[in-house]
Amino acid sequence: MARAKKGDTAAFEQLVRQYERQIFRVAQHITQNREDAEDITQDAFLKAYEKLDQFQGNSKFSTWLVRIAVNESLMRLRKRKTSKIVSMDQDVQTEDGSIPRDFAEWRPNPEQLYGQHELGDILRKTISGAASRLPHCLTLRDVENFSTEETAEALGLSVPAVKSRLLRARLQCASGSVATSGRKAGGRYRDLHRFSQAAYRLLRRPGGT
Amino acid sequence: MTCTDFLKQLTDYFDGQVEPELLAEVQTHVRECHHCEVVLDTTRQTISIYREHEIYEFPAELRERLHAAIMKKCTGAR
Repeated sequence: MARAKKGDTAAFEQLVRQYERQIFRVAQHITQNREDAEDITQDAFLKAYEKLDQFQGNSKFSTWLVRIAVNESLMRLRKRKTSKIVSMDQDVQTEDGSIPRDFAEWRPNPEQLYGQHELGDILRKTISGAASRLPHCLTLRDVENFSTEETAEALGLSVPAVKSRLLRARLQCASGSVATSGRKAGGRYRDLHRFSQAAYRLLRRPGGT
Repeated sequence: MTCTDFLKQLTDYFDGQVEPELLAEVQTHVRECHHCEVVLDTTRQTISIYREHEIYEFPAELRERLHAAIMKKCTGAR
């Protein structure tokens, strides 16, 4: 890092090698478009290169870089005037206040899951189907394995806000994952689905956790 | 501890940031509450699978092309 800050291109190239995959994944998660993700990855590294002397080292370089990529990705989405993509992290404004946006129905249909009673198999299929609509906090925390604090910093959110969104997202993913199996298997997973739905309703209340 | 109290601790629990005294309460609650035990277990499995899951492919050809484009942009900007 010190060498890269002094303008050593080879040292910067090592940083590019280390983080290009992660930056590309984050950009693709947010934009859901491979070409956009490629452009954003290039632009994010260019910005980082140009502003490297401003990097104070108070946070990890990866967090700083991901924040640049997240901002670039969100700007790209805003420019897509015809885009139908809506951030799942963006709350819905209602007359009764702000409430978390409901996820779209993303579970595979029951036919696709027919015969798949193993929870791990069901979770894998659900996650594949849900990947394009994961909230950004879940992408960074659970897919990219950022800490909660790093996720907050990269997204420009407070730590409590990230915790709240993570809890909702995780509960909904867990609940959705077993909903279909619950209908088939009954018992344990039916209980879980019922409980998770109740928990989610609780968390949707304005002012909830 | 109620189920609602348990849920409020869930994110900190996965982060290993629950204070020892509260952690003991969480663990006791999970032992005694079947619903919360299942929620904890399923959420843990969900997180684990997310971390193992390679959602987007990043083939070598794409990596090399992207890497070259990044370095061309950056060195050209100097």
